[in-house]
Amino acid sequence: MRRVYLDYNATTPVDPRVRDAMIPYLGEEYGNPSSLHWAGARARNDLEQARESIAAILGCESGEIYFTSGGTESSNMAIKGVVCQALKQRQAPVHVVASVVEHQAVLKTLAFLESSGLIRVTWIPVNAEGELDPGEFQSAVKDDTVLISAMFVNNETGNIFPVDAIGKLASERGIAFHTDAVQAVGKLPVNLKRLSVDLLSFSAHKFYGPKGAGVLYKRKGVPIVSLIHGGSQEGERRGGTQNMPGIIGCARALGCVTADLDGETARLEKLRAELEEGVLQQVPGARIRGSRQRRVCNTLNVGFDGVESESLLVALDREGIAVSSGPACASGAVEPSHVLMAMGLSPKQAKGSVRFSLGRGTSQHDIEYVLEKLPDIVKKLRSA
Amino acid sequence: MNSLSKKIVVAAMSGGVDSSVAALLLKQQGYEVIGISMKTHESMENEGCSAPSKTCCTVSDIMDARRVCQLLDVPFYAMNYVEAFHDKVVDYFGREYAAGRTPNPCVACNHHLKFDALLKHARQLGAYYLATGHYAQKIRDEQGMYRLLKSRDDHKDQTYFLYGLGQEQLEHTLFPIGHLTKDEVRDIARRAGLKTADKPESQEICFVPNNDYAGFIENHLPQYRGTPGDFVDEEGKVLGAHRGIHAYTVGQRRGLGVATGDRVYVSAILTEKNQVVLSSKESLLMKGFTTVENKWVNRERVADGMEIEVKVRHRVTASPAFLLLETPQKVRVQFKSPEGAVTPGQSAVFYCGDEVLGGGFIEAGYR
Repeated sequence: MRRVYLDYNATTPVDPRVRDAMIPYLGEEYGNPSSLHWAGARARNDLEQARESIAAILGCESGEIYFTSGGTESSNMAIKGVVCQALKQRQAPVHVVASVVEHQAVLKTLAFLESSGLIRVTWIPVNAEGELDPGEFQSAVKDDTVLISAMFVNNETGNIFPVDAIGKLASERGIAFHTDAVQAVGKLPVNLKRLSVDLLSFSAHKFYGPKGAGVLYKRKGVPIVSLIHGGSQEGERRGGTQNMPGIIGCARALGCVTADLDGETARLEKLRAELEEGVLQQVPGARIRGSRQRRVCNTLNVGFDGVESESLLVALDREGIAVSSGPACASGAVEPSHVLMAMGLSPKQAKGSVRFSLGRGTSQHDIEYVLEKLPDIVKKLRSA
Repeated sequence: MNSLSKKIVVAAMSGGVDSSVAALLLKQQGYEVIGISMKTHESMENEGCSAPSKTCCTVSDIMDARRVCQLLDVPFYAMNYVEAFHDKVVDYFGREYAAGRTPNPCVACNHHLKFDALLKHARQLGAYYLATGHYAQKIRDEQGMYRLLKSRDDHKDQTYFLYGLGQEQLEHTLFPIGHLTKDEVRDIARRAGLKTADKPESQEICFVPNNDYAGFIENHLPQYRGTPGDFVDEEGKVLGAHRGIHAYTVGQRRGLGVATGDRVYVSAILTEKNQVVLSSKESLLMKGFTTVENKWVNRERVADGMEIEVKVRHRVTASPAFLLLETPQKVRVQFKSPEGAVTPGQSAVFYCGDEVLGGGFIEAGYR
């Protein structure tokens, strides 16, 4: 069976250049970067070099880069770190503002803090196209607001959010601003010199790096408490021996993806347009979800009237086509998408959308294959 | 209309040994098998319930089903039926208790989820057949009509839950283990190295932790929670206080919390008076009862006045009776000799020997 992978927003295959860079750290380069001796010194050198190369690409200082286990940990570290820092100074719960369409890493972290009585949250809605209005953040801010969190790119629709505008209004009021940039880094140029962002989370496996490696950027001077207590690694903000192969892989992956970014963006935009036009022309009752103006190059979210995405996902999988819809639960079953519900779609409509996300391995043939199979599959599902 | 392939079967996988072996046998028979687990409710483990899992369709059961399919080299999908299950099974469960009846959620689940929603999903995947691990058999008679028969293992027979299957559903259904005994099924599973071979049976209602129906309604379906009222005897004399009619079922003896000196049972639930009637065991004996929402496997096999055996709950031996077709909507069943604990809301299933004729919901018993 032909296999077509169109789920690059879920994860990406590791770039062979990245794998090659990692291999020594699974073999002869076994030193612990915290050790004093020659083995440690080599590792420490390589660790800091990785940190510097990431900082150089993002336009920040290497001391502002913290290595974590991935995007979820980075977002936890940023949000809990800021909130707990603020709680040290005040006795009362503090206020946080966040968008309703955040990834679960942010949503559930905030829900946990809220249900523990530590914070109050104001949730900012999106419009029918899934767009955020910075003005809404402005009016949600209160005297005791300590944190605003808004994602850079939405994982389901691919919408690009106005994080710079939100970040500016946060900084004017002295409020920390965190952005979950898991779907942005590797798809958009991210330059922290020109962005008003205090904390930014991302994950290597979304841009052809290894799983289990992520980064939190924290602007110098933004105070956060440590969550993982232990050794003095990562500026005493995250105890535990660093994941050397992961970190080396992350740095190399970011280097590779950045070098390819312009050409790849243009290529994917063209393929995505082909898929989008093909779907709209060949499948009746297909509707694009999300903003067609401000959207990353690789993502296409489509709803099909009268079709449940779960059945469509299974039927496409039977033809070797890997796509996804909303978040999956522990058993692997698909849950209705909170993002599409927030856009005003009914639960039924929100269960009828699938996300195609393209990437480096996507070819013209892949798009043609999808367009060959999809219309029939949708027709079959509607008639059963 | 779609062309469905008779070579393709969707196997409904609960994560137990029966459906595991069903999938295995289908695979051995050369079918192209697709395993599907229905995620029906959020796991109670998330609510701090630490009871060991004896129920089906929890996350770990779905994981077991996935592992079995992996071993069989069969594609597997967990699909989300939480909403449909809540509407058709959980809500019905609370609604019936609130109305003074005793629901049977397994009947509702088979009827509305497995042999409706899942059957539709099977069709969407091009599968002609849906297979389940039920202990039941189907055959085709000389007229080309399907008959639903009890399983070979009488102790395990599950036809009580399947009486709602009509000809169209049976046409598209397979019961791969219906001709086997439970021991044989476990034996096949062991020899094939299936990790579910020695898994305990699921017997309780899957979404109700610790079998505490009343507590489940109070905590999860508060809209169906009754208000406290009186226990009364047959003459209407007040015997004590009950916690709300949602907590009682006709025939119940335990957990009543009244001391009358005699052994008493719930004999009736009077919703309009918010009373629960307690009586002696003898007064539970009924000459017969009426049923509504009747379903027939093949209406042609049923005749007014015919002798049948009837089961008024799962896990009882069938009692001889006469089947009286009073109106197209209503059936009267008259026992040959009076029987106890005829519980409104439960299903009555009509048998002729091993053959399932059909069934309906018990409306009321009569003495």
